[in-house]
Amino acid sequence: MKTEESLMYMRNWILFLTIALTTCVDGADTPELGQPASEADIEQVFWSVFPDGENLPAGSGLAVDGKALFNIYCIACHGIEGAGLTAVALVGGQGSLATDTPLKTIGSYRPYAPTIFKYIRRSMPYIAPMSLSNDDYYAVTAYLLELNGILEPGSVVNAETLPKVRMPNRDGFVNAYPKVPRKYDY
Amino acid sequence: MMTKQDQLDDLPPVAANGLLDRRLFMKSLALGGVGTLAAPVLANPVGEGQLPWLLAPGQGAQSYGSPSNYEQLARRIDPPGLWPEGNTIAGSSSAYTPHQGLTGTYTPSGLHFEINHHGIPDIDPDRHTLVIHGMVDRPLKFTTETLDFYPTVTRSHFMECSGNSWLLWEDEPGDLLLDESHGLLSGSEWSGVSLAALLDEAGVQAEGKWIIAEGADSGTLSRSIPMEKAMDDSFIALYQNGERLRPGQGYPMRLYNPGFEGNTSVKWLRSLRVTDRPAMTKFETANYTDLMPDGKALQFSLKLEVKSVITRPSNATVLPKKNAVYEVTGLAWSGSGRIRKVEVSADGGATWAEAELQGPVLPIMLTRFRLPWRWDGSPAILQSRATDETGRVQPTRTQLLDARGKHGHYHYHAIHSWGVDANGGIAHVYA
Repeated sequence: MKTEESLMYMRNWILFLTIALTTCVDGADTPELGQPASEADIEQVFWSVFPDGENLPAGSGLAVDGKALFNIYCIACHGIEGAGLTAVALVGGQGSLATDTPLKTIGSYRPYAPTIFKYIRRSMPYIAPMSLSNDDYYAVTAYLLELNGILEPGSVVNAETLPKVRMPNRDGFVNAYPKVPRKYDY
Repeated sequence: MMTKQDQLDDLPPVAANGLLDRRLFMKSLALGGVGTLAAPVLANPVGEGQLPWLLAPGQGAQSYGSPSNYEQLARRIDPPGLWPEGNTIAGSSSAYTPHQGLTGTYTPSGLHFEINHHGIPDIDPDRHTLVIHGMVDRPLKFTTETLDFYPTVTRSHFMECSGNSWLLWEDEPGDLLLDESHGLLSGSEWSGVSLAALLDEAGVQAEGKWIIAEGADSGTLSRSIPMEKAMDDSFIALYQNGERLRPGQGYPMRLYNPGFEGNTSVKWLRSLRVTDRPAMTKFETANYTDLMPDGKALQFSLKLEVKSVITRPSNATVLPKKNAVYEVTGLAWSGSGRIRKVEVSADGGATWAEAELQGPVLPIMLTRFRLPWRWDGSPAILQSRATDETGRVQPTRTQLLDARGKHGHYHYHAIHSWGVDANGGIAHVYA
């Protein structure tokens, strides 16, 4: 009985010490120098767009205008009608992913349309990103989706319509975090 | 005592009107310039025939040191046209660590690998801000300067691009040097600030399960990071090997996710958005996803798998002598923790022997292994196979390809083979 009591006493001490130590290494030991970030601060740095359309900007575009823009700003690297040149092909490859010559393009591979818009808007043209308007970026996105046969000709692309676009490879991805699925393991 | 004038008068002419021996300047320069005229330069100097650097003081120290003039070790830079963004335009580029010429586990900062999808921004730290926002109680912003007042987190970790060894998915081995096959791997001591501490300061809300990290490069490279990782061991790196991050490593600050594929450790970090779901960014859909034989693609293969490679001998050298004992040495690493064991084979994997691990063996860091090998002059195939502390064993090339096909492009980590021929020549082979 005495031994059990002292064991319990020790256990409580260990528990107490564990809690105390865990609390000590917590973030509370920093000087906490972060300053409040305003909506404007956040808008300045936050460009990601989500598959459901969160953070898409106002504006809209049509493929016909996108084609004209593409032929000025994109064609030099991405080739005629996005067939690829020094930069990757943006069109084609649908149905090729399970073959011995897979072609990964935004049409054959990308699962969500809004994130394609985000990348074009924030990263292109490569040598002058963010140099076009939101309308322009929607228009280029519309052109690329039409080239891939994903949108009907004349479709208006904007924050409302883009999240509703069903990409052909929407279900083509398998989560490998935290573990690669057994099917693909050795 | 001889004066300078006396010495000058003493110089024997070789022709009229004061012409002197053509070797005089060499001798006097070798003895330290004109001032050494005070020394009896012509009287059989004991330095005659000695190596030149013994005969004159060397240069003074440099304000920032550089390697010997005789060392050509440098990073391999990708040729134009290799990049999806089209690196015929300046910027999009990668630099590979030359492991064939390095020994140790810490990579010199200037030889650390780099991938820059949109070039290296020239960031003024005084105009750079990190903002934490989204599902937090208090959206906060931090300047570079304020982060220096936080307690320092310092850890030694390898970094590997999941595209490291991508050429090894090819059908033919190609006689790739180590920089080509394994150069998107480096090791450093990184210092900075705990990400969990900054997230706690902002107050992450219960529904916050992911963080979207964005960089301040011209492409705003973005990745989604699971909150459990961010709260576990991620940090904001400010220093590499004791000095401020270099621009190619994310100056003035980068995210660092130990053991995760390098692209997730977003450089030039300026935005951390706490959300309840991943953003499915370009670099976690179009790139860094592994296409499987059935047409599906593995996504968020974030944790790097166990891997090793022999760095010496390699195809950068020829074995100079038969029937001699050589050291086989290389690197092993795993995104899951410490390396438990490395085995070496000299017969293409038929038999294995456990190598010595150079201590200390640190978690998620390059671990060097060594094993003596007596080469009798017959052809051999040298391989290494790593096991990490979780028990995960590096697969053979056949095992990896059987499971994942050959179009994965990323995350190649199979056993690597050096073929040694009877002349001591070494080639990269598949075995």
